[in-house]
Amino acid sequence: MGMSRRQFLQGGALAAAGVALSGKPGEASVDSPEMRTKGAKSSTTICPYCAVGCGLIVHTKNGRIVNIEGDPDHPINQGSLCSKGSSLFQVAVNDRRLQKVMYRAPGSDRFEEKSWDWALDRIAQKMKETRDRTFKATEVNKKDKKEYVVNRTDGMAFFGGAGLDNEECYLWSKFSRAMGVGQLEHQARL
Amino acid sequence: MTNHWIDLKNSDAIFIIGCNPAENHPISFKWIEQAVDNGANLIVADPRYTRSASKADIYAQLRPGTDIAFLGGLINYALQNNLIHAEYVREYTNAAFIVNEKYDFQDGLFCSFDDQEKSYDLKSWAYAVDGAGNPRRDMSLKDPRCVYQLLKKHYSRYNVDTVCNITGTPKEAYLKVAKAFCATGRPDKAGTILYAMGITQSTHGTQNVRAVAMLQMLLGNIGIAGGGVNALRGESNVQGSSDYGLLFHLLPGYLKSPEFDNVDLKAYNEKWTPKTKDPKSANWWGNTPKYVTSLLKAWYGDHATKENDFCYSYLPKRMGSYAYGKIMEKMGKGELEGLVCMGMNPAMGGPDSGKAREALGKLKWLVTVDLWETETSIFWKRPGVNPKDIQTEVFMLPAASSVEKEGSISNSGRWAQWRYKAVEPVGQSMSDLWIIDQFYKRIKALYVKDKGAFPEPITRLSWNYGEGHEPEVHLVAQEINGHFTRDMTIVDKDKTLEFKKGDPVPMFKYLQDDGSTTSGCWIYTGSYTKEGNQMARRDQSDPTGLGLFPKWAWCWPVNRRIIYNRASVNPAGEPFNPKRPVIAWDGLEKKWKGDVPDGPWPPMKDDKEGKYPFIMLAEGHARLYALDMKDGPFPEHYEPMESPTRNLLSKVQNNPAVAVPKNVSSDLAKFPFIGTTYRMTEHWQAGAMTRSLPWLAELVPDMFVEISESLAKQKGLKKGDKVRVVTERGSIEAVTLVTSRLKPFNVGGTMVEQVGMPWHFGYAGLATGDSANMLTPTVGCANTSIPEFKAFLCNIEKGGNKG
Repeated sequence: MGMSRRQFLQGGALAAAGVALSGKPGEASVDSPEMRTKGAKSSTTICPYCAVGCGLIVHTKNGRIVNIEGDPDHPINQGSLCSKGSSLFQVAVNDRRLQKVMYRAPGSDRFEEKSWDWALDRIAQKMKETRDRTFKATEVNKKDKKEYVVNRTDGMAFFGGAGLDNEECYLWSKFSRAMGVGQLEHQARL
Repeated sequence: MTNHWIDLKNSDAIFIIGCNPAENHPISFKWIEQAVDNGANLIVADPRYTRSASKADIYAQLRPGTDIAFLGGLINYALQNNLIHAEYVREYTNAAFIVNEKYDFQDGLFCSFDDQEKSYDLKSWAYAVDGAGNPRRDMSLKDPRCVYQLLKKHYSRYNVDTVCNITGTPKEAYLKVAKAFCATGRPDKAGTILYAMGITQSTHGTQNVRAVAMLQMLLGNIGIAGGGVNALRGESNVQGSSDYGLLFHLLPGYLKSPEFDNVDLKAYNEKWTPKTKDPKSANWWGNTPKYVTSLLKAWYGDHATKENDFCYSYLPKRMGSYAYGKIMEKMGKGELEGLVCMGMNPAMGGPDSGKAREALGKLKWLVTVDLWETETSIFWKRPGVNPKDIQTEVFMLPAASSVEKEGSISNSGRWAQWRYKAVEPVGQSMSDLWIIDQFYKRIKALYVKDKGAFPEPITRLSWNYGEGHEPEVHLVAQEINGHFTRDMTIVDKDKTLEFKKGDPVPMFKYLQDDGSTTSGCWIYTGSYTKEGNQMARRDQSDPTGLGLFPKWAWCWPVNRRIIYNRASVNPAGEPFNPKRPVIAWDGLEKKWKGDVPDGPWPPMKDDKEGKYPFIMLAEGHARLYALDMKDGPFPEHYEPMESPTRNLLSKVQNNPAVAVPKNVSSDLAKFPFIGTTYRMTEHWQAGAMTRSLPWLAELVPDMFVEISESLAKQKGLKKGDKVRVVTERGSIEAVTLVTSRLKPFNVGGTMVEQVGMPWHFGYAGLATGDSANMLTPTVGCANTSIPEFKAFLCNIEKGGNKG
């Protein structure tokens, strides 16, 4: 005998009416909407906020995130999340996320949209100019008045990393030092 | 953390000082509450009655910046009442070491202070050595020059009355804390100390941490289950970003970045490789040459040869400090052309934000890589400035979020956990990995084409992450792990191991200093092996029942879940606490059981091969007395730079190794209240990741200032009133929040009020507000330069900026 989900739930609602009187367990009295995660693909992730390292499950449908919730298999959080972790969905799905490369010319009062190619070429040019202009092959030490080889780019600084993945941090570190940047710092100094 | 989150459940006493996990690491409380359910004492010492305090068995209020007095008093209490773990202290710490005759301490100053340079001569604090060059020891701990006796003398001044006068803690509460926590000095009891920015953000922050560690050493609480010195880190991967050396003084794996006088690799190794003549000391940093050579091989591949010093000359050499504050100072003087911010927001995160925002305007170019508009990326149109006056060229690049890319992050317990890409990045946003890869490839092309200053470090850099649009993250992870550069045979005790060229190195003890191995970060060697990506493991087995979960993800070093665990057993290798053994020596099988031990050697007692447990120090013993702190071998109480009182313990007011900056003021007529900044569950750090989320913005929409009921009465303020908060640096407007969580402090008989405020607000995003860091002083710790955000002086006025 076939029974639709709707009919099944309706039956449940009737049974629940009886529960209210008897106190015995039964079906919930309120019809529930279809689960958002029905038919969704899932993958695991780790929370990007504090460093407890809670696990979450990300549900997607047709290449879009439909739900994010705590991972019950994760040994640290066992499915639970704080208010920030519970809001991760709104980091992924949020109109305020930057979607385009933006550029602000000197003295301008607005951003203008640019292509990745344009911006990256110009940034590379700026970095090279600064490096070439401020590269210090040697430096005299004030204490012993001797000159030392330092091979350092003093005209720029690189900040950040606590929100990056390990592999990104590693390449950032490698790139910085190859550029001769000594002024490399991040959130751990604060 | 020496331990990890789940391990909190194994504790008999949890002492929270300088952090607020119920608020800022909420899920950790799952494990804290489990310990409490099992009978543990929960102790909270904090200036504010926090969410954590509300769950505590014992709450002790202390004035911001007086942690050393508080902890020093506990050290004294443990010593005076003989509550220390005697065997642990004698065998595993440097308590028995004799200090040379020059060492002295008089009225707040250690010996050999140079008042001009504001620095000490650290050599004057050295151990006394015997004829063989080893530190002299008196195992009876009776020699008046041994560390134990010097320690006892130093902290005898920290009696309960003196301490409580300084900290403002009610004496009864203080004694309760002392009794409850020092009870964990018994071998079968475990006490843990949790801390965060309340300890580190201070002009004596490193000494605060040391005081925590020393108390734990005395009580025998390091290396054991339910113990440890546990820094609760605030960003999801600030552990990893530190591990990978994103600090001016570091290279990946906590190797030091070279200094100007490390003129070649030999000189570098000479300077940074500690030495010992004691065969019982493992002196693990003695392996420094292997790790730095393997790093250079990872970076410069076949270009790096023994003949050219493995391209060591390509590394920049530092001279002086480039700590964050120094860079901002330089920027403010217009001495910096460019800045790249990868998910960092210097218009918000540092002290004295007004100055920082002005400094950004002195840059020629600025690149921000973030998910959102931040205060930094729109600094040129911030309230009160005319964009026409700011000539900085700004590139705002959109970055992918954590669920739109693949890679690992390391939590506070050192667990590296793998994340998967669930969807494509939104719009045109790209992963940071791709962005960094593009920076490199385009700059390399320019240097290949046009030459320029010293191009070789760039053009010869080994950079092989596939041919795809996106660099292959697994190739990066494998490079971090490292591989053999030629076929190798390694004899490891009774085993002969054969490796082929290209094989991953299974663990860092096989790394070499001759160029035959690579490793991008030695502490992560073992994370990506022949068996695959260890960081992606999801096995939920817990064979010891201690919550180690050894096959869940991977943890550095060598998947060791509790570090210094050789100190959890007595010198014969038997657990101090048989009920909660972390490791135990099996004498029959001649091997350790339990967690991965801190080195494979047999127990310390073994005459031939035994080693001391604190393997990262040349002397193998935990340091109750430090040799390399810039501001003294023992933590000593000094007042914060801005303080409502003179130092009641000595005539030295502030940390003598920190120069007093210009824009501080302890004029109580102008600034009568103690200001402090804090964080909250609903927001995160500089706010970019939370203030644009409607759910979170709705929960906490406004910048507020928290004051006590008594201060509200004094100022005629009620909840919701607009107020102005003023310091020597600047002023902000906020909404008043009156609570009973804040109470004034008793400072030498006078009640001094406190003003608390979150630092999450700024002018970018959905929920905006004035920034607390407009108020905080640019002065930092003598050792780390971490700013003193937690203790400053301020005033409040009714009405706000706009009246």
